[in-house]
Amino acid sequence: MSSIPSVGPEGAAGGVEMRDLEAARAGTAAARPRRRSLWRIVRLVLPPAGVGIAGLLTWEAVVRLYQIPYYILPGPLLVVRTLVKDWGTLYPSLLVTLAIAGAALLVATVAGVMISILFTQSRWIELSLFPYAVILQVTPIVAIAPLIIIWVKNIPVALLTCAWIVAFFPIVSNTTLGLNSADHNLLNLFQLYGASRWQVFWHLRLPSAMPYFLGGLRISGGLALIGAVVAEFVAGTGGAQSGLAYRVLESGYTMQIPRMFAALFMITCTGVLIFSVLTALSHLLLRKWHESAAEREG
Amino acid sequence: MIVRLRNVDKVYSNGVVALRGLDLDVGEGEFLSLLGPSGCGKSTVLRLVAGLGEVSRGRIEWSSADGPAGQPNGDIGFVFQEATLMPWATVWKNVLLPLRLRGFAPDESEPRVREAIAMVGLDGFEQAYPRELSGGMKMRVSIARALVTRPRLLLMDEPFASLDEITRFKLDNDLLALWARQRWTVVFVTHSVYESVYLSTRIAVMTARPGRTAGEVAIEGPALRDEAFRTSAPYNEYCRHVSARLAEASRA
Repeated sequence: MSSIPSVGPEGAAGGVEMRDLEAARAGTAAARPRRRSLWRIVRLVLPPAGVGIAGLLTWEAVVRLYQIPYYILPGPLLVVRTLVKDWGTLYPSLLVTLAIAGAALLVATVAGVMISILFTQSRWIELSLFPYAVILQVTPIVAIAPLIIIWVKNIPVALLTCAWIVAFFPIVSNTTLGLNSADHNLLNLFQLYGASRWQVFWHLRLPSAMPYFLGGLRISGGLALIGAVVAEFVAGTGGAQSGLAYRVLESGYTMQIPRMFAALFMITCTGVLIFSVLTALSHLLLRKWHESAAEREG
Repeated sequence: MIVRLRNVDKVYSNGVVALRGLDLDVGEGEFLSLLGPSGCGKSTVLRLVAGLGEVSRGRIEWSSADGPAGQPNGDIGFVFQEATLMPWATVWKNVLLPLRLRGFAPDESEPRVREAIAMVGLDGFEQAYPRELSGGMKMRVSIARALVTRPRLLLMDEPFASLDEITRFKLDNDLLALWARQRWTVVFVTHSVYESVYLSTRIAVMTARPGRTAGEVAIEGPALRDEAFRTSAPYNEYCRHVSARLAEASRA
């Protein structure tokens, strides 16, 4: 060790920081932040929960006060009762919709990332194909869905295709942007050390693209559900394979408005669930290093 | 002699002539500063020496010990103006990067990474992420990364320009202490007369763009420089002299 010259960190500022970091690592300051973060969660949840409860109470009160018939506007209590009563019908439909949205998101992620990688390999490939990705994105899904349902005989595959078309674009455009956003000086550094194309991709471009990709994924998650619901509306299939959107349609035809609300409520919950899961995933992957996920020091 | 630049021109694709007829010799074991006004092509010189760009005219000659002519053999460390760390990687992995890219086995690279981190005084911070570090500490990681391959030639592109003065002075001293013991060759780009005089054994003064070397000043300072040198009469005399040469070069 004596051959290694060692030098200390700079000045007083460095010393203070070093102590802070070590204290944090030793966990001496861990208890207080935990209580603080609990309080922060309460403060975050309380206002929207308050607004929600107030809204539901007003809704119930209006329905009772004006004696609005349930087939025009059911009160929230009736909706909840219907949800429980019809759970046997609604739950399998939830699974169908969730499966289609989930599969579409999975395919959109895999295909989207692969398309992005293809785009960044050659400027020509990107120039030739990107306009068509845009065309696919801007053409309203409601307009293409009937065609797809005619062409693709297998209904779940047709639904999945529709959902995929809606969901893949944010992943492609964000990931492409991310792969091209690698720090130029880091690229120089990789070149200096004779890195192969593969090493540049794996050690530099891919991690640089991660925050962009996750941003796209969060948007695509919501879009996959919207795509699945729209496709179900167009397809209008009944039977065992019908999803929540079909339950909404069906309830409309048969004037079972409380059940319509219950199905709608479940679709919304599914969307919120997908968003929450993807947000948590994003936080988990980025919390160590990216500014968007790291906690700001007060 | 490690590397010699002869009559080098560099014209960028947008037509900007960065260098015209530049001659520069870099001797074994010296601390050479390139001093010049902003935009005079100092960084371009470093990039060309590092092999990150092609000369438009002229030659870059390497001494035979440093690999095939014109081909930097990899015995080069580079420190950028910004720390340029991978934010997703810990201090350890950032310093490990050059060895990893060169395919070193883990048992071979581990002691080297440990040594480099210790050299810059960051032991204990191996698992910290860049965002947890101050500007000066990030720059230390960047220097450790440049040193981990044990380069013979260290190229530094205004490495401390974005740091506060107190941190800069400390890093100047630490860099000098390391250089005094390890004796790599350093080419240090700066636009600060004071920093160049404090650090260098020789200063090459460059003209405004298109850049070429307008003159050289050898600095005969004490073997190990410290804060006493920074306030000494010879130091001030050198600063006055170098400033005059720089003003001359900027007019030329």
